[in-house]
Amino acid sequence: MLEWIEPLIKTLTTDSGFWNPLVWGIVFIISYLVIYIVRGMGKKEYKKDTGQTQVFLSGNPEYDKEKMHVPGANVYWGFTEALKWLYNKFDKMHTGNVSDYILWFVLIMGLFLVIMVVI
Amino acid sequence: MNGVVDWLILHSPALIIAIPLLGAFLTILIGKIGPRIRNVFVIIIMAITSFLILLLVNDVFTNGIRTYVFGGGSTSIESSYAIRILFEIDGLNAFIAIIAAILPIVAIIYSWAFMKEHTGLDKYYTLILLMTAGMLGMILTGDLFNFFVFLEITSIASAALIAFYLDKQNSIQAAFKYIVISAIGALFLLFAVALFYGQYNALNMAVIANNISFTFIDKIALVVLFAALAMKAGIVPMHMWLPDAYGRAPASITVILIGTTLASLYGLFRVIFTIYGKYLFSFDSTQMALTLGVLIIILAVVTIVIGVFMALKQNDFKRMIAFAAIAEIGYMFLAVGAALSTYTFERGAAIISASGQMALKGGIFHIFNDALDVGLLFLVAGAVYYAAKETSLNKLGGLARNMKYTTVFFLIGLAAVSGLPPMNGFASKLIIYQSMFQINPLLTIVAILCSILLLAVFVKVFYSVFLGPKLPKFSGVKEVPKSMLIAMGIIASIIVFIGLFPNIFVENIVTPATNALQNATSYIGGVL
Repeated sequence: MLEWIEPLIKTLTTDSGFWNPLVWGIVFIISYLVIYIVRGMGKKEYKKDTGQTQVFLSGNPEYDKEKMHVPGANVYWGFTEALKWLYNKFDKMHTGNVSDYILWFVLIMGLFLVIMVVI
Repeated sequence: MNGVVDWLILHSPALIIAIPLLGAFLTILIGKIGPRIRNVFVIIIMAITSFLILLLVNDVFTNGIRTYVFGGGSTSIESSYAIRILFEIDGLNAFIAIIAAILPIVAIIYSWAFMKEHTGLDKYYTLILLMTAGMLGMILTGDLFNFFVFLEITSIASAALIAFYLDKQNSIQAAFKYIVISAIGALFLLFAVALFYGQYNALNMAVIANNISFTFIDKIALVVLFAALAMKAGIVPMHMWLPDAYGRAPASITVILIGTTLASLYGLFRVIFTIYGKYLFSFDSTQMALTLGVLIIILAVVTIVIGVFMALKQNDFKRMIAFAAIAEIGYMFLAVGAALSTYTFERGAAIISASGQMALKGGIFHIFNDALDVGLLFLVAGAVYYAAKETSLNKLGGLARNMKYTTVFFLIGLAAVSGLPPMNGFASKLIIYQSMFQINPLLTIVAILCSILLLAVFVKVFYSVFLGPKLPKFSGVKEVPKSMLIAMGIIASIIVFIGLFPNIFVENIVTPATNALQNATSYIGGVL
């Protein structure tokens, strides 16, 4: 009667492993339940809409909402700053000039021509 | 009833092109009656086309290769060349056609609300149908010159749609770059077609594949075709048009552009595995297959790395997704390159190793997943722009409170494109990683690290756009209209479905496509 389910829940075999979302789902639900139970054992001192829920900035007043939000450009700033040498090279590549786009195309074609035809 | 269905199946290859093509020109006339009727007409045309695609795909997966000869009768083979124009559909183009069936229909539903405020929508829908017809032609045709013609139709319609926001200078610039790149690519493709025609008196892919002798001119044609189609597919360092085009086109158009990019990638695979397959994978040429495989791997790794690194530093929502899309194309390319590099000659036949075959399967599977995942993310970016009139990650923030459904769709897209379980992207990337590890563990390490960086990219977007305090300037932002939610919901549902039941998809759709890719003889046998 439930034969149609069989192909749906069949395990996907890869070259050296397998993947079954059903198994993953069961493990995920069990883990979630465990976390939920552990969380339930915690202290129940939290009071909604009191000073507990206010933003605390070492006693300083909270800024305007717009100033509190970290803009996208600042996210991963350290990463991009540390790899500035690499990003500078990438930026030089991306000139936005369509002539350069064609130049890259010609370069790759030439390179392939040398490797595939001449060598 | 069965007679009608049989007739539809029989003529579906022609109807799949003819219906959107005729629909495109009728749209202008229907548009005169009223926008609502025009919208219904366009969706009906696309629904019929998609239905026919599904009929054809089902027929191909059930009964094998389909050849449709235009002008009636069978193909005349005289002096080893085919006279008639024909469409030839095997597991591979059937697979890609499914993508082409889904993306335009979603884009049209999305456009109802997304483009409502704009003028010139008769032309907009006409161009969408024209672009779809071109894309489907590229996928279904068995004729190289036909491929060039459909590529041109797609490119011209795409360029016009990229420039749809006429009031924005960047859109016009992006469209100009796109048309220049497309024209150059198409010209070189035509040059390769001429080289084939000069040598073999044929334009039919199967006939050329059967006669190919890998002369000096054939090698030049391979290089030219490879470079032209790789550029159209967005392979680094020929990718630079892609962030411009994807980033500046309306989000609904970007979704179809993904389909056209994948159609070019399909063309590239067809050239390598089918047209050159018979010779490239023969005893004399396994070294050539290895060289080509290694070159593809190098380009793929560069594509993934540069795509991800450039995405990480972008501060424009759509441009960021565009670079992530480039990285995703790298994954497919990597899998194909790895498979090529494992070609060996055993017991009189050229075979791909088991790991190579699995990598190929993962790569093909990832084509489908990429179209859906990146497509969904672009629709979300469009929804954010529609609601907040902003795409800069520096200015957006806190939108999860106002746009709950869009946020959920973004999270689904984020998980899928970053390869997080249980989404579809995880299943295909897992296949690629595991098979690649058998071929070269270093490639797997690079691929996994870049996938983690891809997750970081979209976590940045999630934080910048949806999280953070509620910004006063966006207090009036509301959830997008239902048609846009439905469009995003359709793609998200397919993503989740494939993610939860990957095996059914791999067994029934991906495996036939992979087998077709490896079997050039069957493709040739479909005509000769």
